[in-house]
Amino acid sequence: MSKTYYTKDHEYLVVEGETATVGITDYAQEQLGDVVFVELPEIGRQVTKGGEAAVVESVKAASEVYAPVAGEIIEVNNGLADDPGLVNQDATGQGWFVKLRIADATGLDDLMDEAAYKAYLATLG
Amino acid sequence: MIADAPLAKTPLHDLHVALGARMVPFAGYDMPVQYPTGILTEHLHTRAAAGLFDVSHMGQAFLEGEGVAGKLEKLLPGDIAGLAEGAIRYSQLLDGNGGILDDLMVTRISDDLLFLVVNAGCKAQDFAHIAASLDDCRLGVLADRALLALQGPKAAEVLARFAPETAQMAFMTWREMTIDGVKLYVSRSGYTGEDGFEISIPSAAARGFAEKLLAQPEVKPIGLGARDSLRLEAGLCLYGHDIDTTTNPIEAGLAWSISKRRRAEGGFPGASVVQAALAGGVARKRVGILPDGKAPAREGTDIADAQGRIIGKITSGGFSPSLGRPIAMGYVEIAHAQIDAPVTLIVRGKPMPARIAGMPFVPNRYFRG
Repeated sequence: MSKTYYTKDHEYLVVEGETATVGITDYAQEQLGDVVFVELPEIGRQVTKGGEAAVVESVKAASEVYAPVAGEIIEVNNGLADDPGLVNQDATGQGWFVKLRIADATGLDDLMDEAAYKAYLATLG
Repeated sequence: MIADAPLAKTPLHDLHVALGARMVPFAGYDMPVQYPTGILTEHLHTRAAAGLFDVSHMGQAFLEGEGVAGKLEKLLPGDIAGLAEGAIRYSQLLDGNGGILDDLMVTRISDDLLFLVVNAGCKAQDFAHIAASLDDCRLGVLADRALLALQGPKAAEVLARFAPETAQMAFMTWREMTIDGVKLYVSRSGYTGEDGFEISIPSAAARGFAEKLLAQPEVKPIGLGARDSLRLEAGLCLYGHDIDTTTNPIEAGLAWSISKRRRAEGGFPGASVVQAALAGGVARKRVGILPDGKAPAREGTDIADAQGRIIGKITSGGFSPSLGRPIAMGYVEIAHAQIDAPVTLIVRGKPMPARIAGMPFVPNRYFRG
């Protein structure tokens, strides 16, 4: 049974047990436009909550992707190296960025659930 | 510019919104950065067929006065007096140090009449500078005209359906024509490296004409995002990024735009600096840069030598949709400026190998007639 959380920076986090799959939301990929490169962290790296976990580059600009919770990077999506467009085509599926082992689950407490995220998006117009 | 000043709108603003464009502030205007299909598709479409760009934010003016073609040469190093009637020259307004105030297109309609197109972000100061410097000439700013660019290998075929006489125009020529009772000023020029036209049209007629062009199967609307990636592939400078008052035309690799006569005679601002640079060389030069990997290197990225010493900076960088790889341009010390020279780019604190490259990155396909 998984649960999905969202951040105000438009990252999503699918939590199963102590593992979280992190990516950017469909709203975020839409805002970025065509993704042409994703810089992913090395496996084993410890990330802090709110710390940089990846960089996503569109034709226009580079944007940082932050870790929604603290943890250790246990897997990265190597498919993005050959096809960064997966982020546009399937942001919450094949376009995931990293998997991390959650170090501190209390870091999930201030994240939004899907209903709260949708309400948040509505405020952005 | 005041950050929260209301943005100006071009005559095509409502059309952009109706087409679903994402609008962004640019040079004081609310402009389309992309349409729903996205920058990659728009870029590749322009290279394959034809793209329609709204460049109405740029400054258009007639400059009139006895012998004005010669007089404008006091402000820029381009050969204007020697231009054929109806021919266009790319040049740069210079300051006293040879620094570039703006780059522009100048058409010599006659010895006494020129047509100018300058950058949106510089137009107020350019026009004030020209008017003040040439006080015996009359500058007529065309604020009531839109400017459309139709670019790509199908541009000529499309435009000829509406304006047949454009078909035989050579690259970098200008013609006045009346189509459906509307006076157009058509230049065979552009900012993409492709064949194409820039069409000056009265604001009131602009949307109707744009919609006629967009109704052609070859034509799609193209935003500022693809305009930037197209011009970067073509190796063309963006004012305020690749050239500004801290760069002179020789460092910028624009010596080709200064004729033999103007080099010899001087008589433009900063002529001594430019002549010294032509005779003795420059300390740094604008070059193309190809990063080895897939990560784009953006404007502001430091360029280092093998020992880690900073030897320059990237001024424009991004992803080339045509080549499917990152490309960039920037300035490097002259010792590192030869094609294929290895350099290191410092991207987010990490060294990335790259090499100096010739430009354009994608071959120009201008119509030579």
